[in-house]
Amino acid sequence: MFARVLDRELKKGSAELLIMSLVEARPRHGYEISKLIESRSGGVLKFNVASLYPLLYRLERRGWILGKWVEKAGQRRRRYYRLTVDGKKVLAEQRHTWREFVEAINRITEQENA
Amino acid sequence: MPEWKTEIVARLGALELSPVREAEIVEELSQHLDDRYEEMLASGATDEEARRAARAELSGSQLLAEELRRVERRDEPPRVVLGQGRRGNMFADFWQDLRYGARVLGKQPGFTAVALLTLALGTGANAAIFRLLDAVRLRALPVAHAEQLAEVRITDMKGARGRFQSWHPALTNPIWEQVRDRQQAFSGVFAWGADEFNLGTGSEVRPVRGLWVSGDFFNVLGVRPQLGRVFTTADDRRGCDAAGAVLSHQFWQREFGGDPSIVGRKLSLDDHSFEIVGVTPESFYGPEVGRSFDVAVPICADALVNGKDNRLDAGTTWWLIVMGRLKPGWTTEQASAQLNAISSGVFETTVSPKYPAESVPQYLGFKLAAYPAASGISQVRETYEKPLWMLMWIAGLVLLVACANLANLLLARANAREREIAVRLALGASRSRIVRQLLAESLLLAVAGSLIGVLLAGFLSEFLIKFLSTEGDRLFVDLRPDWTVLGFTAGMAILTCVLFGLMPALRATRVAPLEAMKAGGRGLTAGRERFSLRRALVVAQVALSLVLVVGALLFSRSLAKLLTADVGFKQEGVLIAQVGSVRLNLPQESRLAFKRELLERIRAVPGVTSAARADIIPLSGNGNFNNVWMDGADPAGKKGVAWSRISSDYFKTLNTPLVAGRDFDEHDTPTSTKVAIVSEEFARQIGGGANPVGQSFWVEASPNDPQTRYEIVGLARNTKYDNVREDFQPIAYFPLAQAPRLGQFDQILVSSGAPLGQLTEGVKRAIGEASPQTTINFQVLREQIQNSLMRDRLMATLSGFFGLLALVLACVGLYGIMSYSVASRTNELGIRMALGAQAGDVRRMILRESLLLVLIGVAVGLPAAFVATRFTSALLFGLTPNDPVSITLAALAMLAVALLAGYLPARRASRVDPMVALRYE
Repeated sequence: MFARVLDRELKKGSAELLIMSLVEARPRHGYEISKLIESRSGGVLKFNVASLYPLLYRLERRGWILGKWVEKAGQRRRRYYRLTVDGKKVLAEQRHTWREFVEAINRITEQENA
Repeated sequence: MPEWKTEIVARLGALELSPVREAEIVEELSQHLDDRYEEMLASGATDEEARRAARAELSGSQLLAEELRRVERRDEPPRVVLGQGRRGNMFADFWQDLRYGARVLGKQPGFTAVALLTLALGTGANAAIFRLLDAVRLRALPVAHAEQLAEVRITDMKGARGRFQSWHPALTNPIWEQVRDRQQAFSGVFAWGADEFNLGTGSEVRPVRGLWVSGDFFNVLGVRPQLGRVFTTADDRRGCDAAGAVLSHQFWQREFGGDPSIVGRKLSLDDHSFEIVGVTPESFYGPEVGRSFDVAVPICADALVNGKDNRLDAGTTWWLIVMGRLKPGWTTEQASAQLNAISSGVFETTVSPKYPAESVPQYLGFKLAAYPAASGISQVRETYEKPLWMLMWIAGLVLLVACANLANLLLARANAREREIAVRLALGASRSRIVRQLLAESLLLAVAGSLIGVLLAGFLSEFLIKFLSTEGDRLFVDLRPDWTVLGFTAGMAILTCVLFGLMPALRATRVAPLEAMKAGGRGLTAGRERFSLRRALVVAQVALSLVLVVGALLFSRSLAKLLTADVGFKQEGVLIAQVGSVRLNLPQESRLAFKRELLERIRAVPGVTSAARADIIPLSGNGNFNNVWMDGADPAGKKGVAWSRISSDYFKTLNTPLVAGRDFDEHDTPTSTKVAIVSEEFARQIGGGANPVGQSFWVEASPNDPQTRYEIVGLARNTKYDNVREDFQPIAYFPLAQAPRLGQFDQILVSSGAPLGQLTEGVKRAIGEASPQTTINFQVLREQIQNSLMRDRLMATLSGFFGLLALVLACVGLYGIMSYSVASRTNELGIRMALGAQAGDVRRMILRESLLLVLIGVAVGLPAAFVATRFTSALLFGLTPNDPVSITLAALAMLAVALLAGYLPARRASRVDPMVALRYE
């Protein structure tokens, strides 16, 4: 039971975790988020429009992030996403789960190596 | 820059998103593609490469459409349109309304507190007075089938002679015995007489409330004993040589702590021993509402207690009240007809040889009749019923004022919530839904307010009973709550809810939503029409308050006049010592000497300035009356006068001046010429002119005295005799020394400047020295007189309280409307001030408005007051209901309210900053 829940959460949750981590410090717009994921993962992880935006919208629906149109002088208006209070709690939980997961994986793989 | 939008729209396909949402998504995604395209160009790619890279972002766009459909749809809550989609669950809706209402009320504690307090006071006052009214007037006696009870009375007792020992029309024992033996209308009859027994065996009198009852008393009433047994006919036989006593539950608890082994023990009443035979249940307090009994003894025991003076064969002592339980199928009319038929036989058999010959024909003509008696008899009822109904009306008016106040508060709130309501109406809420919602709020207020009111009523009615009880005369009213009272209170709560809740609710929802939304913006004359309803309410409040204040002033001024009325004698510093010498059992011939010694000893007590005996204490409610005519005049022109037997120094003790002639002295003896002192009113009405001293008059024969001639030796200033309200009546005073018989009970008036405690100690010692076997009871003349004004005090206190309450409510109402007026006219005031109006001008303008409202209220209220106060005339003393002073004072009080309630808003108005005001929305 636990394994199934973990698996599902892992697939969905890892992408959510990435997005929420990126908008934690300051609001960012969609393109910026996708570039950051790509560059920080050294090109391993890539999100395009079709995969990124449904995720953003879903997180927004849940009330974990909030998008706002912002107009800056001399620029087009852009939609910036920031983490909500609820989102902060979820992020903390997901980070914790993720860390436990990685540690568990590590323990298993390291034992095999020893 | 390539145009992506059409491509994106094409790929999103049939998502059925709202146009706004779709536009947002398209804009956001095309921006992303723009960014990608520009980045590619910047990194040196060709236009074609850049386009391809950007398009690649859209690859897998079924996924996009699918994901978007999931995301945008899945979490979407069901669409709700307020007021539509009947769920058909009234209770759920109602519960929701109540909860919402409670939340709204909780958010405005100030408003809620004022509303609750107003309601609680209004309903509390009503419930308290209704409770009393219900207890003394409306409720039947606590016995089985009280509706079958009927009282047997003489239809018209005019011309009856003798001693009347009951406040209620009563019969003599011989008449009762005849009725008992001859009647056929009742399945059972019984009689009782109220009396006071002395429980004490020492010199201090310990009065208990006693009943002389016939043997069938308890059985016919259907009262079963709680302990032991009740009387049967065997207990009440002429010549009974030992008698039992039945205790009331209350007395048993109070005196014996509910001791279950009480039956068989002895009880001393008036120095005679009675065996306790039983205890009545708690619910039975006696046949008289307002006066409970402690001990009941059989009528035949009167011969044991009062010896030779007993009343069993006295055809001229009226002391027994007779009631019966109608036979099935009999009505009081049929019973009356039967009693009428036996009347001549009854009165022929019972006519006393002592009955004055000239009064015998009247006696023989008396007729008996039956009267419904389901609620027993009650002196409290007769004294207080009218004032209580009056107070009920007054309390009702207060409740109306309170309702007007609440309606006003709710209207103001409805105005403030206009936008909320408009928005809800615009969103599709039905009018009835919103009205129900607003009503739920007022229902909450009404119920909560009434609950507090019921609590308040409990305290208030206890207070009222304490207020009306005097030391010697404890008032007993059965105040256990019953369904009538609860129903009354609940009905009142619902009525008030509808009265003060429905109108604002209907008003608030009548406006077209668009209007209401606009009204929130600028507008100099916004809401005039609805505002005028609130003004009308305030005017009504002022008018009602005026009526109440006029009433309060009338009753207060009436009481003040009663308290300061000239009664013709001094009330302060006079002690009444009631001395019983029954235990001495002195023979008739030595009684006078003993009484003289008693008086001399009291006169010698330090601090006593003078003392005198009197058989009638003025204004005590007791009295002697007989017909007199001047010697030489036609006896047919006889007139009734009041009379008293007094000792010398009576006038000195009471500070009543003797205008002519002399006081009684030691030369007036049983054998000397019969003398009298008369009052000025006697001289004026009966004859003798300005100085009747030396003339004589005749007193008609009575059951106790033959026709007697008296010589007038003195003329006294007029005094009140029976009560404070009366006009001076003709009074004759006779010397106690010349009384044909002397009793074994004396009332001694003692005038002294000494402190009360010291004085009573001194008098007690002096009497004890005369004989240690006497019993003593003290009363203070001033207190006795003030107690006789209890009803007036009640009316003055309560109507004063209600008047003040109404005044405060009117003040709050007026203040509310003036504040609202100022607040909603901030714009206008700002413009006026910007155009040069001075602070003083603005202040005057607002005050003028407040004053105008009150003046209209007063103009409406005055005619109402004229009509309403007409009903008070019977309760007033020394005033007409249209007393100009009271009306002027009331009108002035209302004007003061206008100024008070207008002042703060006016000051606020005059401090409006034009700049702020013009920006104000």
